[in-house]
Amino acid sequence: MKICVLVKQVPDAAVEKRMDPNTKRLDRGGEPNLNPFDTHAIEAAMQVKEGGKADVEEVIAVTMGPEGSERALHKAVSLGADRSVQLSDESLAGSDVCATGYALAKVLESESPDLVLLGQQSDDGECYTIGAVVADHLGMPSLTQVIKMDVEGDKLVCERQAEYGYDTVEVSLPAVISVGDAINEPRYPSLKAIMGAKKKQLDKKAAGDVGIEADKVGEDGSRTTVLAINPPPEKAAGEIIEDEDTNETVEKIVAWLDERKLIS
Amino acid sequence: MSGILTYALHYEGAINKNSLGAVSEAGKLASELGQEAHAIVVGGDDLTDELCATLGNYGASKVFRVKAPEGLAQPVVDAMAKVIGEHGQSYALFGGGLLGFEIGAGLTARLGAGVTMEVTAVKVQDGKLVAERPILQDSAIVDVDYVGEPGIIIGRLNAFETQAAGSDSAEVVDVEVELSDFSTKAVMKQRGEQRGADVNIEDADIIVAGGRGLGKAEGFELCESLADALGGAVAATRAVVDAGWYSYSAQIGQTGKTVAPKLYLAAGISGAIQHKVGMQSSENIVAINKDQNAPIFDFSDLGIVGDLNKIVPKLTEAIKAKKGG
Repeated sequence: MKICVLVKQVPDAAVEKRMDPNTKRLDRGGEPNLNPFDTHAIEAAMQVKEGGKADVEEVIAVTMGPEGSERALHKAVSLGADRSVQLSDESLAGSDVCATGYALAKVLESESPDLVLLGQQSDDGECYTIGAVVADHLGMPSLTQVIKMDVEGDKLVCERQAEYGYDTVEVSLPAVISVGDAINEPRYPSLKAIMGAKKKQLDKKAAGDVGIEADKVGEDGSRTTVLAINPPPEKAAGEIIEDEDTNETVEKIVAWLDERKLIS
Repeated sequence: MSGILTYALHYEGAINKNSLGAVSEAGKLASELGQEAHAIVVGGDDLTDELCATLGNYGASKVFRVKAPEGLAQPVVDAMAKVIGEHGQSYALFGGGLLGFEIGAGLTARLGAGVTMEVTAVKVQDGKLVAERPILQDSAIVDVDYVGEPGIIIGRLNAFETQAAGSDSAEVVDVEVELSDFSTKAVMKQRGEQRGADVNIEDADIIVAGGRGLGKAEGFELCESLADALGGAVAATRAVVDAGWYSYSAQIGQTGKTVAPKLYLAAGISGAIQHKVGMQSSENIVAINKDQNAPIFDFSDLGIVGDLNKIVPKLTEAIKAKKGG
């Protein structure tokens, strides 16, 4: 079995994110890192590989991103992926969900995976839709926000929380599964794994290498346009208490609640 | 091409409340555009003529009914792609919820269409729909326009208000859809399993909610004591419900309950959007969290930066004393 894990480089969560007013795209400056949601997908792949129920030949981390996004791939291989693929091409800049999903599907096609895993959302654009877009292009069944996944023969038994409670769904391979963060606790990479990460194979691919049609990606291939960026409606800032003396803090909370007749 | 097609989710013979909101929104927008609003339902025999026709009350003039497996996205993608192919609706609209995201995304790929998710409002501009989408933890709102048709709009939970417009009944049209091969490769084995005790939080005036910051399942004892003292109920975030710390029936947010109590006291909750959408209409929001950068402080009326293990027990005692005295 061959598992591809889609990963993404995002600005560090601690850095204030902002939109570039000129390009109306997310300013991806700041210290970049692997999307924290993706570490759960890599861990899920490793658990399938180590679980003994499936013969996993390879776990491959795949990303689409500009020069510099190798950093996320290095992190991914330090967490256990065997090698990585970076799709990088100027023509891809400005791709929306529709165009990004198409481009990712093309690079995945070139690897013919039996299982594609990804995190439930990205920390920057919050587009937890990519899995379903990719699956439709690949013609594979898919499920998102999976919190338990067991391999049984050529099927996966998945659990997730949906609108009316927990669902158990059997999915035949090949499949695209996006995992929720409750699925596992990602491991920490060993120092040796971090040091060895740069030595693992990293294939760089351009759009043409994987048969991406130029008119389907980038700004021209995108099907949405951002017309304007506006501030959210003004909301009066709440009162903040820094707890230094807990007795005093509690007194303040009680007074606040009492004032609003919430203690009766 | 013209019209708006809205997906209406149902379960055990009732249409989902968020779907009714989306159908209502489509009805309103379609009349502004001078077009028709249609709805589509996918499932089994509980989709009776009567149930489908009630969508007319919310503004749908036509309801497409498709017999196919329910609770999974890909059969619905097949169904909606066929209906849009034959009837040429300009937009597909979804209420908040997990399936809406999956179906909308699948449809994006199938039809090469633009998609906007987490949409909080839709407006008519120059005879087209423009979607308003908050981004970056709701620190900015972008107006998104669609290039070509159809445009796919996935709403945020509770974004669209349910409005029964009249007594008109919708015309029910049965559609036969041949499912894609891969759409049959995911099979529902069990749906809607309830985990944990059944509790009622929707009628409570006061809610004490706990999140991952409680540290462990036993941390909920702190919330329970405080809720007892205040005379309220205990609720939980999705993360801790998925971890098995608390009952699913007490979960607030995206795939849980929506509440608007007089007091919502959040202990150890960071305030992710998926949680916020289920409680932001509460009258008074109090948050206790040790991380001063937690997003919940952005929408709290009173925020306490500190250790809940120190604060909550003392607060419980103080409230008991106040009530006793």
